[in-house]
Amino acid sequence: GFSSYNGGGMNGTSTMMDFLEEPLPGVGTYEDFNTIDWVREKSRDRDRHREITNRSKESTWALLHSVSDAFSGWLLMLLIGLLAGSLAGLIDISAHWMTDLKEGVCLAGFWFNHEHCCWKSNTTFTDRDKCPEWKSWSQLILGYGEGAFAYILNYFMYVIWALMFSLLAVLLVKGFAPYACGSGIPEIKTILSGFIIRGYLGKWTLVIKTITLVLAVSSGLSLGKEGPLVHVACCCGNILCHLFTKYRKNEAKRREVLSAAAAAGVSVAFGAPIGGVLFSLEEVSYYFPLKTLWRSFFAALVAAFTLRSINPFGNSRLVLFYVEFHLPWHLLELVPFILLGIFGGLWGAFFIRSNIAWCRRRKTTRLGKYPVLEVFVVTAITAILAFPNEYTRMSTSELISELFNDCGILDSSKLCEYVNDFNSTKGDDLPDRAAGPGVYTAMWQLALALIMKVFITIFTFGMKVPSGLFIPSMAVGAIAGRLLGVAVEQLAFYHHDWAIFSGWCSQGADCITPGLYAMVGAAACLGGVTRMTVSLVVIMFELTGGLEYIVPLMAAAMTSKWVADAIGREGIYDAHIRLNGYPFLEAKEEFSHKTRAMDVMRPRKNDPPLTVITQDSMSVEDVETIVTSTTYSGYPVVVSRASQRLVGFVLRRDLIISVENARKKQDGIVSTSVICFTDYCPPLPPSSPSVLKLRSILDLSPFTVTDETPMEIVVDIFRKLGLRQCLVTHNGKLLGIITKKDVLKHIAQMANQDPNSILFN
Amino acid sequence: LSPGCEFLFPQAPTMFAQCSHNSASPVLLLVLLGCVLCPPAQASKSSEDIRCKCICPPYRNISGHIYNKNVSQKDCNCLHVVEPMPVPGNDVEAYCLLCECKYEERSTTTIKVIIIIYLSVVGALLLYMAFLVLVDPLIRKPDAYTHPLHNEEDSEDARSLAAVPTPAGARANTVLERVEGAQQRWKRQVQEQRKTVFDRHKMLS
Repeated sequence: GFSSYNGGGMNGTSTMMDFLEEPLPGVGTYEDFNTIDWVREKSRDRDRHREITNRSKESTWALLHSVSDAFSGWLLMLLIGLLAGSLAGLIDISAHWMTDLKEGVCLAGFWFNHEHCCWKSNTTFTDRDKCPEWKSWSQLILGYGEGAFAYILNYFMYVIWALMFSLLAVLLVKGFAPYACGSGIPEIKTILSGFIIRGYLGKWTLVIKTITLVLAVSSGLSLGKEGPLVHVACCCGNILCHLFTKYRKNEAKRREVLSAAAAAGVSVAFGAPIGGVLFSLEEVSYYFPLKTLWRSFFAALVAAFTLRSINPFGNSRLVLFYVEFHLPWHLLELVPFILLGIFGGLWGAFFIRSNIAWCRRRKTTRLGKYPVLEVFVVTAITAILAFPNEYTRMSTSELISELFNDCGILDSSKLCEYVNDFNSTKGDDLPDRAAGPGVYTAMWQLALALIMKVFITIFTFGMKVPSGLFIPSMAVGAIAGRLLGVAVEQLAFYHHDWAIFSGWCSQGADCITPGLYAMVGAAACLGGVTRMTVSLVVIMFELTGGLEYIVPLMAAAMTSKWVADAIGREGIYDAHIRLNGYPFLEAKEEFSHKTRAMDVMRPRKNDPPLTVITQDSMSVEDVETIVTSTTYSGYPVVVSRASQRLVGFVLRRDLIISVENARKKQDGIVSTSVICFTDYCPPLPPSSPSVLKLRSILDLSPFTVTDETPMEIVVDIFRKLGLRQCLVTHNGKLLGIITKKDVLKHIAQMANQDPNSILFN
Repeated sequence: LSPGCEFLFPQAPTMFAQCSHNSASPVLLLVLLGCVLCPPAQASKSSEDIRCKCICPPYRNISGHIYNKNVSQKDCNCLHVVEPMPVPGNDVEAYCLLCECKYEERSTTTIKVIIIIYLSVVGALLLYMAFLVLVDPLIRKPDAYTHPLHNEEDSEDARSLAAVPTPAGARANTVLERVEGAQQRWKRQVQEQRKTVFDRHKMLS
């Protein structure tokens, strides 16, 4: 196998202290936009671990080193949880404040938002939301808050603030960290499957993403912060990995940490640690060993606990729309729940299709050349359309919170303006009542809000500001659910003598809870877009705090997934991966064609033969010619050109670095020096220049398949082992090579997609 | 520690620029972590930040009212908070059934510190951007633009070799030169990223 970092791999033949025993800096690392070799990374980690365990018997210091090495993983998880939780708290508090800044300012201290401003003042029962310390912009500028002119001034200030926030966000992204735009989850999925994108999880990306996420959310755009929070948490994970050698040097171990960090990100976004772990397992991660499960849970728990102690919302909850009612539901209500599931699936498929079409247009036409202008226009349209309607003017999280809320006696919102009959109220348990005029107004306003959100989100997701998808989908579903819930409630009230209602909904009883319909609708729409299954249900029931609603949630989630899958196979993140051409080998799909390895391997029938390096008969100059004249990322090493018997595989990057270094450092290495990849180099006449030994960079165990191997098995091998390339032999002789890119192109070809859309190496 | 954080943040971009994979960056990160975490930890609960809020709806001929009182979470119920009780003794239970009491606490210090940290970071970034756009081209010598336009293949190999950290050697770099070198590297990185995302649309459609 590979020589370990401490030179323990060679079998005792290294009597002379070879300069190349010590790995050169750069050997074993990967270039940008390349795939890592999972097998090599995992075996390196095992070697390192073996080394430490063997050394630990020698001295106490070595024993302590081995113990600290074992604990470093847990310490890292703790740090990731703390940092992710703190950043989430910062984002929540700042976003909450800046959203309210569009409407007014608090005179008691400019850092308070509306709710905290009115905390201390004595409000009356009828005017629960108003207080003298909070001044809207028209009150501040003009002195009065009512009237047409004040309304226009408020409108104008709202739009101006929204534009300022979004412009600032896009300028910061463009100027400092262009990788900070978008949601981040498709790219993180690709990174976790073994791709390298340098800078995507770096310090500047972290800072800019945190800052601009707050700005983007506060500007009133139809986007959420859950997806970007996963990116932020993974950046924290990546940055903290640099503190520990074990994770800094090994790409495979680092990806385990990133999986755990992603779980922590979702956990702070929803206040759902278990849901976060399941989301990481189901959606984001590629290889998820069981050890990672326990560690992810730990990180998610620490993050949730940190966020709770920061207490951004003042109610010890982690999400604004946490609800806690435990009202029962009846089996017949499954019919409207399944209807909501169908709606969610249809909307999900529609959204994915139109969003991908719009993003493709942005990629290929001139629209993509004006990102700042695009953000400006979309924000202007969103702000101008959003202000008149009260339900689009409030932030989307507040809207969801209000829709999930079950109406009690004390709720003063328009949505709860039912016709109250105080004589029949017993305690605070309200029966089903007839809808008052407030409810009817709220209904058509909500319908308008639904239409607006359905269309504007298509253009918002994918812009060059951090944008998430969870909150807008949940809002669409919540609005649809609440509309249906109120409709069913009124139906039950006015026609309580129908057969379907008379059994369980007598007059004066509280049977229908529109808030529950909103919750189920939110779950259905989110499931339709992202195609999450278990993680969605777990997140939703962690949000609602009870197991009573598992059956409706599951029914809606399953229905929406089936409906959406019938229309289009991919979720939004997979669709974006395919749109961008990332080399992501889909782990969930079956490869069911009858092609064989010889159909996919390179070189094909009419191509020039495979570029190989011989084990001990090529000079430095020959090798350099090969490297400069071809662009392959690795070369097989054979015994001789005549026999084509395989010795191993050497990577381009390692070869370049070693040869360059040898030319500079080692004496006697000239262009005619022979490069020798074996232990025992052939004896040369004494007048020839010294031999360059490159045994240490050769991988002696490359994977091979025969040319008759079915592609099903080859694809399975690539998926399960995380290979980068696989050599093809025929009768024991080297015939060709299959790389991951070839496999992806082949799959795309078989699915009648454009194989040239796989862009990266 | 908070005044230290205020001082640290305006210089953070420059400090970020000079951090490569050496030991300065983990230390800086831990300090940053401490700065982010310590304000919540320090947040003292002033008496204004805890309350029990009881909202009582209109009942018979009594109008609705909101009662606030600073009590602990155990005592946060109608009987302790609603004073003076507007209904006579035998009606108290019925009245209290309608009232909704919630225990709320917040930390004004946390909110203030976080908002101020956020605004100062945004301000620092804006200043740095203004500096880069306006002041930097004037003070930088024009020979920074000499690297030729080469195609992707060449640049990939050149970058791969350049990415190998050169041995420290005996070159005495002053702090200013090192900061400048790091800043140049960072600017090149951002330019590459910008080309990938905005111009070639290779990533992040």
